[in-house]
Amino acid sequence: MKAITKRFPGVVALDRVDLELYEGEILGLIGENGAGKSTLMRILGGDYPPDGGTISISGEPVRIRDVRHAISLGISVIYQELNLAGNLDIASNIFLGREPRRGPFGIVDRRRLYSRAKELADRVGISSPPTTLVQELSPGEQQLVEVAKALSMDARILVLDEPTSSLSLAEVRKLFEVMRSLQKQNVSMIYISHRLAEVQEICDRVVVLRDGLRAGALERAGGPGLDREEMVRMMVGREISRFFPGHGERGESEILLSVRRFRPSGGKADISFDLHAGEVLGVAGLVGSGRTELVRSLFGIEPPEHGEITVMGKTSHVRGASDAIRLGMGFVPEDRQRLGVILEMAVAENISLPSIGTYRPPFLDRKRELRDAARMVEALDIKTPSLAQQVQFLSGGNQQKVALGKWLALDPRILILDEPTRGIDVGSKSEIYKLVRKLADRGVGVIMVSSELEEIIGLADRVLVMHEGRCAGILDSDQISEQNIMLLATGAGGPTT
Amino acid sequence: MTLLLAGLVAAICAYQAASFGEVAFFRPENLSNVAQRVGILGIYAIGAGITIICGGIDLSIGSIIGFVGVVMAMTVGAFGMNPWLVALGCVILCAGLGFWHGFLIGRFNLQPFVVTLCTLLLLRGLARGLSGGISQKLDGFSTLGNGSFLHVPIPFWILIAIALIVGFFMNFTIYGRYLYAIGRNAEAARYSGVRVNRVRTGAYVTCAVLSGIAGVVSISYTGEVQPASAGLMFEMWAIAAAVLGGCSLRGGEGSVLGIIIGAALIKVMYNGINLIGISTEWEWAVIGVVILGGVVADAAYRRRAAGKAKE
Repeated sequence: MKAITKRFPGVVALDRVDLELYEGEILGLIGENGAGKSTLMRILGGDYPPDGGTISISGEPVRIRDVRHAISLGISVIYQELNLAGNLDIASNIFLGREPRRGPFGIVDRRRLYSRAKELADRVGISSPPTTLVQELSPGEQQLVEVAKALSMDARILVLDEPTSSLSLAEVRKLFEVMRSLQKQNVSMIYISHRLAEVQEICDRVVVLRDGLRAGALERAGGPGLDREEMVRMMVGREISRFFPGHGERGESEILLSVRRFRPSGGKADISFDLHAGEVLGVAGLVGSGRTELVRSLFGIEPPEHGEITVMGKTSHVRGASDAIRLGMGFVPEDRQRLGVILEMAVAENISLPSIGTYRPPFLDRKRELRDAARMVEALDIKTPSLAQQVQFLSGGNQQKVALGKWLALDPRILILDEPTRGIDVGSKSEIYKLVRKLADRGVGVIMVSSELEEIIGLADRVLVMHEGRCAGILDSDQISEQNIMLLATGAGGPTT
Repeated sequence: MTLLLAGLVAAICAYQAASFGEVAFFRPENLSNVAQRVGILGIYAIGAGITIICGGIDLSIGSIIGFVGVVMAMTVGAFGMNPWLVALGCVILCAGLGFWHGFLIGRFNLQPFVVTLCTLLLLRGLARGLSGGISQKLDGFSTLGNGSFLHVPIPFWILIAIALIVGFFMNFTIYGRYLYAIGRNAEAARYSGVRVNRVRTGAYVTCAVLSGIAGVVSISYTGEVQPASAGLMFEMWAIAAAVLGGCSLRGGEGSVLGIIIGAALIKVMYNGINLIGISTEWEWAVIGVVILGGVVADAAYRRRAAGKAKE
């Protein structure tokens, strides 16, 4: 792939990126969220065309038209979300849509289907018989079914996008074994992962992307080798823009929330931390590291496995969102359109939903509802033609302000934000940053989960970094840097000051 | 929908005026007859409507009506118990049934359709089993279903009372708002601190209680109950009335007034079919076509309204 460029409305996702892959090589492709890894692989897999650049296979330039064409060229991409039909068996999944047929009516040749599936399954080391339903397999074996499917299409180039994110340690070992044996059969592989230790172990070479550019490459055999710190340095290493309102002055302020030996629902380890009045506590970590699970459990959406939280000196058990709200907490969830707001309801009805129970229950105080909603629309500068407008007709940024406003109307002491700026425009982003800082200055304790390191560094006073369901460390303000966060988030080591 | 109702009445009248030279629809005895039937259907249609508004459904309505009828007839007839006490007992039993539905749906995350379908089967079977399948009579308890007050049939008064109470809850208390929010998006409502399971259970209790009341009024109206057919298919009429009245099976839409208009539409249609002289065998076909037409017209209208709101 040479000088691949891809633009999306408003951003350049890839800027003249070169990528070379040798026969029988395992190439690591790393970079932060949004660096362009997935876009590059989607272009290779025929998901969308590049805006510029050329792709050559074995020296021959090709124009990949679509996924089918990519497959016929021997390219198979296995995405993070597996494309398997759980209610079908292994063999049917491997040959889905390409079942061997016989006779004039094209009846599926079941004998050939299962014998060929068996061969492929043996090749990638699936021990279950090919008649097993895919939903009964472990995530690791499902991954191997995808690999078998790719092999059944005679793949010469295999792309694995975060294949190990849901695998157990033993399953990772198994996958690596399979990858090594495929390597001996001269299959080339591109391995995308955030887990630098695994990249270091399995890859021959590593290409690093940053902000849509090729930031560099490392070879096992040359220079510093596949050094993890070097990889992290290449992945980050950019200036933080002056986009953020700065940090607060935190003296010895009161502890609002104290979390002890708290294990989120489905979590792997206990987490303990404090939240002070007037501070923004960032929660960083890779996708799937357990950040959302932590805040969902704190807010009582999923009850924790065990552990306690103390809010302003009072130890409480939060069994549901209504308990959390009574303790003075508010929560803006990650999935705005599905959980943050009710799209088909009016702006006023959305803003008042958490508070109507506090007005004059059991009666509905419409006057106060409208007054509160109008206050929020003004304070947050929500652009809406009226309070009765359905939220679905607002822009993403204004929808997010509604999702925020419904908590601000309650005057929370603790506000939890999960990816508060995902998918909204730059202007609204900066407004939300200012608002978060203003709230903190007023003494609200803010917990902000974010995948954008820039946002964490620009806004957070302290950062809790998650790694594989554990709290990998809490960084104080003088320790916060992209490098330190990435070191903790990838499990590569502790912070360096 | 109000327009549709007015249009329907006008059409019936015009047809009659043209063919018979007099308008039978407005004869007092016909009006009173229609009001009586609208009253009974309206009571349980409001119940069905509430479960539909909160994004669910209740299929057990007809079986509850039949079951209550059998229990009333058997206990009062055979043991001479006070019918009012038995009626009260039945309604309390129904409330328990509603709790049971809410519990199963909330706690075990079962689908309302399945849970209430099982109750439909269970209660119908109980009604037939307990009575041995034999028709049961209930004498001396006919005022509730057949009496009238100020020339308006008592079932219609009951409907008005229930509509006022439920309408008040839906519009002037937080529970009404919660119900609509749950119907639109139960998860988002939960994230906003709404106790979804409690509120939803309330809806199923209301529906079961209203079905129970409708059952009491029904047995009083007929004075006799056929265990195999009393209340049969009533849940379907209730759902039809709710949908005609503006409830969406996707949840979160509809109003008490709309449901009553929907119920009126259905009963006026029945009546009109009779008055015009179409033989009763054709009733369902006619009603099916009219409901479909109404729903399609409504969807088209909404589409246009939504298009306007976007601009």
